[in-house]
Amino acid sequence: MECYFDNSATTRVYPEVAELMMKIMLEDYGNPSSMHLKGMDAEVYVRHAREAIAKSLKVDDRCILFTSGGTESDNMALIGCASANKRAGMHIITTRIEHPAVLDSCKYLESQGFEITYLDVDTNGQISLEKLEQAIRPDTIIVSIMYTNNEIGSVQPIEEAGKIIKAKNPGTLFHVDAVQGFGKYRIYPKKMNIDLLSVSGHKIHGPKGVGFLYIGEKVKIHPIIHGGGQQKNLRSGTENVPGIVGIAKATELIYQDFDSDLDHMYALKERLIKGLLEIEDVKINGLTGRDSAPHIISLSVGSIRSEVLLHALEDKGIYVSAGSACASNKPAISETLKAIGVEKRFLDSTIRFSLCPSNTEEEIDYCIEVLKSILPMLRKFTRH
Amino acid sequence: MYSSFLIKYAEIGIKGKNRYLFENALVNQIRFAMRRCEGEFEVRKAEGRIYVDASGNFDYDETIENLQTVFGVSGICPMIQVEDDSFENISRVVVDFMDKAYPDKNKTFKVYARRSRKTYPRNTMELNADIGEVILNAFPEIKVDVHNPDICLYVEIREKVYIYSQIIPGPGGMPIGTNGKAMLLLSGGIDSPVAGYMVSKRGVKIDAVYFHAPPYTSERAKQKVVDLAKLVSRYSGPINLHVINFTDIQLAIYEKCPHDELTIIMRRYMMRIAEAIATETDCLGLITGESIGQVASQTLHSLACTNEVCTLPVYRPCIGMDKQEIVDISEKINTYETSILPFEDCCTIFVAKHPVTKPNLNIIKRHEHNLDEVIDDLMKTALESREIIEVR
Repeated sequence: MECYFDNSATTRVYPEVAELMMKIMLEDYGNPSSMHLKGMDAEVYVRHAREAIAKSLKVDDRCILFTSGGTESDNMALIGCASANKRAGMHIITTRIEHPAVLDSCKYLESQGFEITYLDVDTNGQISLEKLEQAIRPDTIIVSIMYTNNEIGSVQPIEEAGKIIKAKNPGTLFHVDAVQGFGKYRIYPKKMNIDLLSVSGHKIHGPKGVGFLYIGEKVKIHPIIHGGGQQKNLRSGTENVPGIVGIAKATELIYQDFDSDLDHMYALKERLIKGLLEIEDVKINGLTGRDSAPHIISLSVGSIRSEVLLHALEDKGIYVSAGSACASNKPAISETLKAIGVEKRFLDSTIRFSLCPSNTEEEIDYCIEVLKSILPMLRKFTRH
Repeated sequence: MYSSFLIKYAEIGIKGKNRYLFENALVNQIRFAMRRCEGEFEVRKAEGRIYVDASGNFDYDETIENLQTVFGVSGICPMIQVEDDSFENISRVVVDFMDKAYPDKNKTFKVYARRSRKTYPRNTMELNADIGEVILNAFPEIKVDVHNPDICLYVEIREKVYIYSQIIPGPGGMPIGTNGKAMLLLSGGIDSPVAGYMVSKRGVKIDAVYFHAPPYTSERAKQKVVDLAKLVSRYSGPINLHVINFTDIQLAIYEKCPHDELTIIMRRYMMRIAEAIATETDCLGLITGESIGQVASQTLHSLACTNEVCTLPVYRPCIGMDKQEIVDISEKINTYETSILPFEDCCTIFVAKHPVTKPNLNIIKRHEHNLDEVIDDLMKTALESREIIEVR
């Protein structure tokens, strides 16, 4: 049986999305900037895609900027806004458990003279709203908080944070990295005081190489990619038309059966956790109920290195990731796990399951059964 | 401007009656390398020289780069050829050559003429003087310096006339296939690809063995070894890579032997397996990347212990090198970047915190007896189930 439990790394593209993209690549392959009819057709596709996404967020379609993915969206939000707003202040607030796309952009801004405050998280991986409020200063230009953590699935109190930020300093921009949250939650930037929202296509059963950044109407932002002046000169480069149409279609589809999909994933998560906890010397990191993300389960397994467990599961057709796949080419210990105070012996022994609506109960049961059967054997041989 | 290359070879030239064997091997290896290049090439052996003639579109830099991977080549001379119809014609071509090759004429030069066709009307000394004069007349700024010239202009009168002034260094060594075959123990590290390169430089064809330990080592680690073999094969020619599933043997050692001796015992079994494959595939020796004292398993005591299981000679070309010297070679042959990719290999995964550095052979042998019941079957299975990847 093949069980793909690595949906936070990437997802399978919806067949409808793939078909639509295929049609655009083979038939409607014009450049939206071309003056002829084929170009206009492509432009219409992009416009419709923009409208569909805007509708799902209940925002104006002029607020959607297409990018190459989550990383570019995060870079654009932080570096583009820092550059455009530095006269108002040089202070930025973020958390210790952000994705490297945010953390490393902040590091870059630090080298450019900006001051960064990193908010700690508790053992559940959540920030303290009080500490957030204390951290906001008159010169704070951006607060960047992720919706859902990619390693442990903790969910931040985004709506409350938005209120606090705007009450304390109405000029501060609120950026939310929703790469793992979009499609799992209904996110309405205006209602939640979000000024910037990053989303990636391939985490919601859309294509890789495309994402978007919601940019509120009044937000001052500078481009980070320069050139031919596409997308109102904010993001030059010929629009990735198949990708853009793909992410829009995926957005529509992911919210189609949203409530039942959510119930299904929470049920699977509960079933998996129940099974996992029957195994000796394991620990689930972060919260496990409806107060956590529906699709992410972080499991620490005593006395076994995550890479070995990953390959042993792979051998049985079960695909998981060790820590976070996006950071897995750097074999460094996860900052997120350290930040939530995971015991030292578990740091290098943590794997992540991430689900999608098409996973089944049978897959979950098979996975538990496999783990129970291979762990005693694997645990016999550990490094000393 | 160049469409031909004169290939110089050093050591082969002093061989006696076997010389033709070496020359033929070199021609074959050059042909093989030229297949990687865009364009049509004719490789010919004439009058104790090897020539590569390009026709049609070819990429000069790519051609040189690939010629520089052929062991046995000591120098590559890009040259031009002219029919020997008259001295005037040769003079014209020489002047044209100097003009194009050296836009800045503020230089000194010396002519090295050579006649293999002794019936040519002028002798070597006359040729030197006459060609020198032609050049001096054509370019007033240029000067002759017979002791330390900036430019050495070679004019060789053979069947045709060959003109060149540049000798680009080749890798040296001997052509592959003139010295038998050896089995390289290839890990994912920095040293073993360098060891393979160095032995194959002496004309030795190589095959390789890699010990894979799933799930403790990943498919990516294996792919990395295949990539390394591919990089080495640019020099050594095609490599048969034998991939041994080593997990069960490793686990058996882990279970039954003292943990501080794991690495030594594991290496002894690796050598045994490598030798078994070597014998089966007509290899005349084993090659490892060991260097004295680099890690616990490479002290003289440990090397003596691992060596004890082999009857074939074990070649260790890195034995006296410091790490940096090995790194320098790996950078030169372009394996360094791949070697340092962070995937665990089977040597690092079961390492004890304090492995023995001065193992006692008798004690090791005694502990190996703990494996007596299972090891023969495990070895047999490992050998029989090996995967062979042709890397080229």
